[in-house]
Amino acid sequence: MMPIDLTRFPFVRSILVARGPQLAVQLAAVAGLLLVIAAGLLGTPVGSRNPATVLVWIAWWAALMIVAVPFFGRLWCGICPLPLPGEWLQRGALLRPRGRGRGMGRPWPRRLRGLWVQNAAFVIVALFSLPVLTQPRLTALLLAGLVLVAIAISLVFERRSFCRYLCPVGGFIGLYAQAAPLEVRVRDPRVCADHTTKTCYTGSADGYGCPWLVFPATLTSNVSCGVCLECLRTCPLDNVAIRLRPMGADLRRSAPVRIDEAFKSLVLIGSALVYAFVLLGPSSALRAAAAAVGSPSWLAYAAGFLLVTVVLVPGLFLAATRLGRSVGRNHLSAKEGLQRFAPALVPLGLAAWAAFSLGFVLTNASYILPALSDPIGLGWDLLGTTSMPWTPMGGTLASWALAAIVLVGLAWSSRHVRAVAEDLAGGVRMAIPVWGFSFLVTAGLLWVFVA
Amino acid sequence: MTRFHRLLPYVGLATLAVAGVALVGLPSAVVRSEGVARSVRVEASTFAFTPATIEVDPGDRVTIELASADVVHGLHIEGYDVNLTADPGQPATVSFVADRPGTYRIRCSVPCGPLHPFMSGRLRVGPPSTFWRAIALAFIAVAVGGLALWRKPAGPRVRLGPA
Repeated sequence: MMPIDLTRFPFVRSILVARGPQLAVQLAAVAGLLLVIAAGLLGTPVGSRNPATVLVWIAWWAALMIVAVPFFGRLWCGICPLPLPGEWLQRGALLRPRGRGRGMGRPWPRRLRGLWVQNAAFVIVALFSLPVLTQPRLTALLLAGLVLVAIAISLVFERRSFCRYLCPVGGFIGLYAQAAPLEVRVRDPRVCADHTTKTCYTGSADGYGCPWLVFPATLTSNVSCGVCLECLRTCPLDNVAIRLRPMGADLRRSAPVRIDEAFKSLVLIGSALVYAFVLLGPSSALRAAAAAVGSPSWLAYAAGFLLVTVVLVPGLFLAATRLGRSVGRNHLSAKEGLQRFAPALVPLGLAAWAAFSLGFVLTNASYILPALSDPIGLGWDLLGTTSMPWTPMGGTLASWALAAIVLVGLAWSSRHVRAVAEDLAGGVRMAIPVWGFSFLVTAGLLWVFVA
Repeated sequence: MTRFHRLLPYVGLATLAVAGVALVGLPSAVVRSEGVARSVRVEASTFAFTPATIEVDPGDRVTIELASADVVHGLHIEGYDVNLTADPGQPATVSFVADRPGTYRIRCSVPCGPLHPFMSGRLRVGPPSTFWRAIALAFIAVAVGGLALWRKPAGPRVRLGPA
């Protein structure tokens, strides 16, 4: 399938370039965020009745993992309310560039660039996730804390350093956005090479230099592009396009990915396994341990979480690629093996998270309307749905729907594993151990979903 | 590329779909004409059902007594339309015929505290064949993805990395 350039359609282009529609959505998102924080702090402490937990961890998370990331990539990052107050303060404007703004504009420390800090932030948040996603007050404090950190970072460091290097969800979305059938790319890199002022990076009267610190002509994947649309506004040569493309087009890159990106892929697969096992599995003792932050049982849970996500899963994958190297008679280094094969796990990881999220939303979606109808727990019935009973959706077919998603992810990943093995001249033999790893991960997920 | 190679991905996907439907729909156990009566007492407390898994044979007449030890809890079995609620100290009982083999999730149907959304158990009717069917599908998925869906890129192959 040839990419379809959406910005060739004048109506689409005019909507995307105009700042009004984007700002309207951003303001709605900020209003939603404020409602969620207020409800979390002031409303009922019952998680299944409070919009903070219900809207964020049931509605938003499911929409993000099942629809937004797989089909629209990082589009959410373009309207995410968390960095917006900081960005507006930094720029001193809501719309077009207007003066110098208030940020100090320091460069992010070189040693902290890449995804390592983001990986660590994700793991830290993940360790506390069960109390956070069940207690409205903690959800509100986490979101408010992220907004404050984003403001501080925006006032000290340049552009969206928070999103690019710190946001625990940003790295997650960026990695899986590679599977999405949507991309921002330049039409002809030679045009950019000849363009001396590089307004897409430096900014102009029409827009800001890339907030994500990316020179669009070098974009080869969706990992670091926040789909903020600034380059579309600042390119005077009409050389930036938003295109529909085949899903997973980023995964066949000729250069190996960075090791921090490869590691991210493995940490997220491990996290999906642990989450599925803890939250949907049969062990209530494990759930109790994950919820009892600070207790000895929680420390054991945290150690287990880190062991699985940071040591066991990456170690098994490393062993699989080393075995593939041996049987495929290839002299690939251990590091390059990880870098070459890790992107092939993106479809499986995305499927694992989508299935896990679907399972959660099918069971709990009926809490959404009652929570909205009585947002602060004062006995209101704004929508007439306050006393709507809990009704799980999907029935017995739900389990098979989750299994089907994971199996599609496995098939898709297996195809990419084969492609990488063939690129490395290792053939099917080189692919078999990595298929084995993917199969093991899938078996673990299937055990939780259907066993 | 031959016509056969062009059709291979579609054949692979169709195989996966047919195998999936066949494996999911395959009868997993013969329902006994006369099941036995089984009574199970399930205790619900602090976001857990005890026992967490109820195992019965197809055709059994199952009676579940739900006893709550702390707050009001519910017990809902997905796929069996079984729903009951128990106040502390006041057990509730329900009976049904386990006529559908498979594994069914049991959930608490009454908000009972922070971990309520994750309070779950399982009803297993017959041998645990569902998981093995899914595993069989996983084998097919690898074969479809790695063998049938993979196509050699057109043009000369770019060799990456050392040989």
